[in-house]
Amino acid sequence: MLYRVAGQYKTSYKADFALFPVRQDAWLLAFILVLAFVVFPMTASEFVFRTLLIPVLIYSLAALGLNILTGYAGQLSLGTGAFMGVGAYACYKLMTIFPGLNLLAAVLMSGFVSAAIGVAFGLPSLRIKGFYLAIATLAAQFFLVWLFQKWGWLYNYSASGAIQVPNISILGFTFAGPTAPAINQYFFVLCTVTLITFVAINLTRGRIGRQWKAVRDMDIAAELVGINLMKAKLLAFFVSSYIIGVAGALFVFLWRGAAEANLFDIPLSFRVLFIAIIGGLGSILGNYLGAILIVALPVIISGVPAALGLPLTPATVDHLNIMIIGALIILFLILEPHGLARLWAVAREKLIIWPFPH
Amino acid sequence: MDFLHSILIKPFADMATAPDFLLQVLWEGTVSGTLYALIALGFVLIFKSSRIFNFAQGIMVVFAALTLVGLHENGVPALLAVPMTLAVMYVLAMSIERVVLRPLVNQPDIILFMATIGITLFLIGFGEIIFGGENKRMITEELMIPTGSFEFEPFGGFLLIEQKDVTAVVGAVILVLALLMFLNKSKMGRAIRALGDDHQAALSVGISLSTIWVLVWFIAGVVALVTGIAWGARAGVSFALEVIAYKALPVLMLGGLESVSGAIIGGLLIGILEKLFEIYWGQPLLGGNTETWFAYVFALFVLLFRPQGLFGEKIIERV
Repeated sequence: MLYRVAGQYKTSYKADFALFPVRQDAWLLAFILVLAFVVFPMTASEFVFRTLLIPVLIYSLAALGLNILTGYAGQLSLGTGAFMGVGAYACYKLMTIFPGLNLLAAVLMSGFVSAAIGVAFGLPSLRIKGFYLAIATLAAQFFLVWLFQKWGWLYNYSASGAIQVPNISILGFTFAGPTAPAINQYFFVLCTVTLITFVAINLTRGRIGRQWKAVRDMDIAAELVGINLMKAKLLAFFVSSYIIGVAGALFVFLWRGAAEANLFDIPLSFRVLFIAIIGGLGSILGNYLGAILIVALPVIISGVPAALGLPLTPATVDHLNIMIIGALIILFLILEPHGLARLWAVAREKLIIWPFPH
Repeated sequence: MDFLHSILIKPFADMATAPDFLLQVLWEGTVSGTLYALIALGFVLIFKSSRIFNFAQGIMVVFAALTLVGLHENGVPALLAVPMTLAVMYVLAMSIERVVLRPLVNQPDIILFMATIGITLFLIGFGEIIFGGENKRMITEELMIPTGSFEFEPFGGFLLIEQKDVTAVVGAVILVLALLMFLNKSKMGRAIRALGDDHQAALSVGISLSTIWVLVWFIAGVVALVTGIAWGARAGVSFALEVIAYKALPVLMLGGLESVSGAIIGGLLIGILEKLFEIYWGQPLLGGNTETWFAYVFALFVLLFRPQGLFGEKIIERV
């Protein structure tokens, strides 16, 4: 009933191709945006910003990047963590070489470094397919993390081998560094994520997105109908690594505040992959749903034993956490292999025809 | 010029001047290569028969080794603990098949792959709760594995070969031969290979998918136990062992995902080459610790020329 589409007539092809053919979708999105831009900033505490809202946004951005590569263009990648690292280190170097640089410009520019490296490691995808390619992307993962450790220039030869984010202000507002208020950081991340999501939605809907989907479904057939495979695949690697690089820069500059090389190790890659798969491959919305689940779950699980008054040590809670997440991943895959986004799509279909079954 | 000299000439000069050290490096490479090959073998068996890329093989190694050590710590004699561990691995194989794989039959490869990562996480958490996270000593002596060492003096130098490493290599060879016999001669082995060739055809001649899957996962568990004992004897048993799973992946890439012999040859090749590279190029020129990525980069280069690995099945694509 809430989703009644009766009476929404389309009188032109343009209207039929619109981003929101159903008016209620637009309303829902507007509601979410108001929630994100107005309600959360007014109500959320520092803790909620730092443990839930900011990480959800950053992880969903990284998952969005991976989803473009894996979900849309069909190239499985396990090197996400390393590409996030490239973005973070690039941003750090940009900020040390040009201290007066606008942080937003630095973040957006560091994506290009990650994109260039992504294309270089994407070159094998022209020859290698499937799981072989997935293992090949692990080459990027291990090699880059090793480079982050060994190449002193990247972390300005600091004794700890870690990068520390200094205080960075734009127009008098501090956005990064130890003294930055969480709400500033939240707005910075939110604006970047909204902007990139907007671009990504339109990219995947248009000619390029259709090319990617054709490559994903069968690349030889795609080549036969005239798609330049090399261009399409490398563009997918470029766009995906760009977004992942930006996510990595945000990850360190606006959330963690400091980073060591092993932060970008393989668990980070898998975490982003979980988000993309549990959210739903080949969907934009899924990344957000998946990120909410994966970020919120540990917070909830670690709160439960204390609430129930169970005497568990932090280490045990940690292990239980891993175990439950593993079990939940399997459960989700069994219940809905196409992810949370499909769950929403099914629910939406039901809502449109409700209360009738057909 | 200096640079070229240090890359192209000096390492070989070093090898020639200290042949005993070179032999030592080659032996170390062979031992770790054998273990990589064993882990890769676990992957290959499961991939061949079910097209599942089993990421959990690494954690199965840890889990098997921990079960063995844990049982022994609780007073079970070592030689009785081995069959008990095998029983545990069988139960594990059965529950994985029943709980995880059966509901996911016919799903895309990537979903099954993710499910095995889910299994990995579950087993890490489960194992740490039961056995604790600290490093444990493998019960080498109790299993009657010799721990002494042979010393040779080739070319007037010195070469040290540990007996437990020899045992590991011999054990691995026996295991591989037994597996090959089983796969090629026994009825069950033929069924496994039939399933690998064509699922539907195998099902239509009456091969039971679930029985074979349990069997294959159990064999992978046995391989995991042997790997766990051998590796644990070298480095102790802890969850850090899990990273050796990442060592087996380039082996698979190099040898081909479906090829048993590819896994063995690829494992030995990578084991030896990465040791040589680390000692003669990595440490002097690149600051060391190149073992984390060398195998991947090497496999990547080979793959650029042979996209299906050295021994993998030729990929024929039709539209």
